Amino acid sequence: MSYAIQVQGLRKSFRGQEAVKGIEFEVRKGELLALLGPNGAGKTTTIHMLSTLLPPDSGSAWIAGFDVVKQPKEVRARISLTGQFAALDEGLTGLQNLRMIARLHGYPAKEAREIAGHLLESFGLTEAGNRIVQGYSGGMRRRLDIAAGIVSRPEILFLDEPTTGLDPRSRQGVWETVRLLLAQGTTILLTTQDLEEADQLADRIALMDQGTMIAKGTSRELKTWLGGKTLELILTEPADPVLLTRLLADSSGRSNIRSDERLVYRIPVDNAAHAGQLVQSLLETPIGIESFSLKEPTLDEVFLALTRDSRDGAVTKRDSGRSPQ
Amino acid sequence: MNTNGMGSPPLSAENRRKAGPTAFNSVRVFIWRTWQNTKNNGFGFIMDAVLSPVLMLLIFTYLFGGAIAGSTGAYIPYLLPGILVLTVSPMTVYSGTTLCQDISKGVYHRFRTMPFWQPSAVLGPLVTDAVRYLIALVVILAAGRLLGFRPAGGIRGAALALLLTALFAFAVSWIFSMIGVVAKRPETVSGTSMMILYPLMFASNSLVDPGTMPGWIGRLVELNPISVVVTAVRGLMEGTTGGGEIAAGLGVCLVLIAVFAPLTFYFYVTKPLR
Repeated sequence: MSYAIQVQGLRKSFRGQEAVKGIEFEVRKGELLALLGPNGAGKTTTIHMLSTLLPPDSGSAWIAGFDVVKQPKEVRARISLTGQFAALDEGLTGLQNLRMIARLHGYPAKEAREIAGHLLESFGLTEAGNRIVQGYSGGMRRRLDIAAGIVSRPEILFLDEPTTGLDPRSRQGVWETVRLLLAQGTTILLTTQDLEEADQLADRIALMDQGTMIAKGTSRELKTWLGGKTLELILTEPADPVLLTRLLADSSGRSNIRSDERLVYRIPVDNAAHAGQLVQSLLETPIGIESFSLKEPTLDEVFLALTRDSRDGAVTKRDSGRSPQ
Repeated sequence: MNTNGMGSPPLSAENRRKAGPTAFNSVRVFIWRTWQNTKNNGFGFIMDAVLSPVLMLLIFTYLFGGAIAGSTGAYIPYLLPGILVLTVSPMTVYSGTTLCQDISKGVYHRFRTMPFWQPSAVLGPLVTDAVRYLIALVVILAAGRLLGFRPAGGIRGAALALLLTALFAFAVSWIFSMIGVVAKRPETVSGTSMMILYPLMFASNSLVDPGTMPGWIGRLVELNPISVVVTAVRGLMEGTTGGGEIAAGLGVCLVLIAVFAPLTFYFYVTKPLR
């Protein structure tokens, strides 16, 4: 099986600061891999190295089989990068921007004009096409930016935090665009700080923190690693936390109970039956329960748990074990 | 481990397209891009290329003309060629600041990942800038005519003078482009550039005859590249110049281009993105 993107031992430092510390991953053709991590995790540096903008200090990477260091021209012909800042000429109209990009990809003038028109239409920007980009909203810019990124029909698309700073509606618009591109067979490497985004779009997620890759897998796999479900209890009135925690620990058999305030308690449970027993046993006590619910772990929790591990120095590398060589 | 299982692809039309545009075409696209930008910002362009040159001309003719040459009428034949050079010289700084601004925004990141001849991203804007210089020069010449300027060199001499001035500005714009590529912020570019430019502009023969200055300064002023070019432009306007002065003027331009264009390309292509 040939990969769209293959990365081995990639490293990069800036003035002695290691930004990326030897990461490995691969992306299959037609797949969306989300690089998920907080600010400063090294996501953008990674993308810049893969898109030939930055030379790596060591390690190798191949895009569609071409070496990013030795064959940058071949790589550039197959990729497209949509960065964190909209890569648009603010002084041109939307249409002019797309025509320019198409011309720079080598399309003849007439074809460039057609491509620009089609793209504006499919991204819902036809009306705005003749206005200068300076007056565009954040969402419109992003969509135009992605449109500019796919003018050349790239095999591989790098999207660096495509929805950062967008309102929910614009974010949905960008997601739909991404899904459309995936359906057309584009391979996408997307970086995001937004767990929901990774959950929504990604076939697989790679968690990055402080320049290393701390976990890789599908969103389901990542959630499984964190363990089972959580029972959330909301009480009718504050109870003595020490007493209640001990009571809950006794009847659930779990010690890692968390309470945000004196009214909300979270107890790890094995399954729904276990949670039911626990609620039943509480109903027999004088403690009043306002409501209870069974929660799946969120990617947020996975993320916090794993990054906490890696920062404590107890790096437990996790891998889906399904990445074949 | 390289898993390139693609072999060498046949040269179909699609692959030629993937190979990117020719260098000539990509430069044309960048000229087009900068020109569209200029048109979309029509007000700025008129300020730049029309109003401020005319204002300069009026200020020097009417405020200083009497003091420097005895009367405004006597000053203008000497002044106008100088003003041509003095007006376009500061305009060349914009080439650097715009380039720096562009690079600090995202659009240059995208360009850098695209398969075209990279220097065209720098060359194209400078060619468009040269067109803007020419427009400004024509405007000044026309305004000068209204103020009574009648070049003895005729239309041919005047046209050659304008072309030489525009070439000089194009050459100088490479200096500031290089600074624009290297600098982190546009403010640095304009600050540095003005510091280089203003002493050179005023310590030249563009406004006054170096013969009126103390001896050693006068000789220094005549060595100033701006003076060399102004002398050639004046000669062309008056139709009195010999080949030597023109050759010296052209030489200044060509040396500037030969030194700073390759440096600009080099710094642009190797610029780290952080």
